[in-house]
Amino acid sequence: MNYKLIVSIAKSLLLARWRQTLIAAIGVTFSIGMFITLLGFMNGLNDLLDGLILNRTAHVRLFQEVKPNPNQPVNASIDYMGAYNFIQSIKSSGGRLDIYNSAAIMRAIRADQRVLGFAPRITTPVLYNAGVVDINGAINGIDVAAENELFFFNDYVTTGEAIDLKNVANSIVLGKGVADKLLAEIGDIIQVTTSKGELLSLKVVGYFQSGIQEFDKVQSYTSIATAQKLMGKSNSYVTDIQIKLKDIDQAPAVAKEYAALFQTDAEDIQTANSQFETGSFVRTLISYVVGITLLIVAGFGIYNILNMMIYEKMDSIAILKATGFSGKDVKRIFLGIALSIGLFGGFLGLILGLSLSLLIDQIPFNTAALPTIKTYPVNYDLVYYVIGIVFSIVTTFFAGYFPARKASKIDPVVIIRGK
Amino acid sequence: MAHTVLEARHISKNFHDPVTIQVLNNINFSIDSGEFVSVTGKSGCGKSTLLYILSTMDTDYEGDLLIDQVSMRGKAEAELARVRNEKIGFVFQFHYLLNEFSVLKNVMLPGLKLQKYPEQEVEHRAMEKLTMLGIQSQALKSANQLSGGEKQRVAIARALINDPLIIMGDEPTGNLDKKNSEVVFEIFKELAEQYHQTLLIVTHDPGFAARTHRIIEMEDGKIIK
Repeated sequence: MNYKLIVSIAKSLLLARWRQTLIAAIGVTFSIGMFITLLGFMNGLNDLLDGLILNRTAHVRLFQEVKPNPNQPVNASIDYMGAYNFIQSIKSSGGRLDIYNSAAIMRAIRADQRVLGFAPRITTPVLYNAGVVDINGAINGIDVAAENELFFFNDYVTTGEAIDLKNVANSIVLGKGVADKLLAEIGDIIQVTTSKGELLSLKVVGYFQSGIQEFDKVQSYTSIATAQKLMGKSNSYVTDIQIKLKDIDQAPAVAKEYAALFQTDAEDIQTANSQFETGSFVRTLISYVVGITLLIVAGFGIYNILNMMIYEKMDSIAILKATGFSGKDVKRIFLGIALSIGLFGGFLGLILGLSLSLLIDQIPFNTAALPTIKTYPVNYDLVYYVIGIVFSIVTTFFAGYFPARKASKIDPVVIIRGK
Repeated sequence: MAHTVLEARHISKNFHDPVTIQVLNNINFSIDSGEFVSVTGKSGCGKSTLLYILSTMDTDYEGDLLIDQVSMRGKAEAELARVRNEKIGFVFQFHYLLNEFSVLKNVMLPGLKLQKYPEQEVEHRAMEKLTMLGIQSQALKSANQLSGGEKQRVAIARALINDPLIIMGDEPTGNLDKKNSEVVFEIFKELAEQYHQTLLIVTHDPGFAARTHRIIEMEDGKIIK
């Protein structure tokens, strides 16, 4: 097969009417560019919304729930085994909020291959003392390094440095709403009272803004050691263990397993945030629908342009066939033309898509709910670019193939006589 | 020693749209090598249709066609293309050059397709043909920069590039003025008499036909003379 000749003919036909070729290629470029831009932008926004929840929520949370003991003494009695025991007015027992044997549990979790990381936490209600008024609130004792790594704590500290919690003894990062109520500046000393009546002075080292105002009016953060001191507990006292997994889909199974293994309560993210699951699914569905619609529209556009181009060249096809080129040769020539346009236009489309994405990435986007976001988010996932270029080539192939096949099959005399 | 180059055996053709009309009715004749034959007849008598069948470009007919003593019946499309490429040179009424290519490349294309000679040799031969027809100075121009007469001469050069068994022309002078028609006729005559090239030319110009070696006259899809 004489590919060199076919390529040279295809090239001549392409370049002879380069304006038309360029317009066809630009059609492909726009389709692919728009596909990439829109999907990148939509998924950027989706990631942002997902991140609102995912960045702050553990995949599996271990904690100790205050609840009635399911194993009441009467059930353990041999005398009443096999009987129906009706017990009324059961009250929650114990009131112990920390996790038993937390050090051993953390060791076990660290050894688990499925776990990306974990952060221990102490959550306790407090009263912030502001003159004569006491404000209800809650303090979270956290391991700053682990929180930064797993839950991007640093991103939400809008003033001050998160790491100061660790470096400055008896320090606190106040929720923005709490700080406004207390009129507390960075460096001020504030007083908190625990539910047990203990009083402690803490130094403000930063403000925290989560994007959820109700949350910021109540919550504050301090280091684990400070929280333990606040509660007068030993350094093994931990009320929560927040675990992040490598694969979020394993969370329900892992939660169930840990609950049985460690004799604690365990909650997975899917159960804790079932509305998030639905929201995320719907958004993903919308972006797929939009993406597929764009591709179909783009596909028809490309098909039309190429179809017209080939029908315009019917005369050339007739001459080539009359002088001894077979239908196969004709088909190859026009497929070559179509694929060149697809490849060239598609490649430019990738560049256009990337440029538009970069442009969108520069547009300011300020919202009180998202203190860390300054511009519109864009997802630069390579997958969209791969889909874009593959699609442009596949579409132009078919857009060229069908008219080329038709042209290759008709007798040249039909074209000549039709003249 | 002359041998049969082309033979038509009982060729008939019907158009079915909108009603069945017989355009060719049992055509039988043969052409020997070196003959300069013209087909004449009134417009609509089927002479062009016959030529397209003889050139293998139209495959929708009954009967049999032999080129170089080989039947064309039932040959695949690619094989027919090969036959056209190697054994038939075609000259149309409307010159039909590819405007996307230079004159030289237009002449070279069938030769490059045949791959009998390397590219440089094909180019050399194409220049030879153009020189023979007196248009070597136009070789590097684009095809649409030429006058009608020049275009037709390029088309003849292209038809000659693979040293075909037979050259077929469909009203090759139909679109030309008197002077250019004369030039083209002289070329055909020279090809026939000096180079013993077999020629089959369809024309409705009686003056042209009269000067060929043999006239096939058609009427209503039949050969009458």
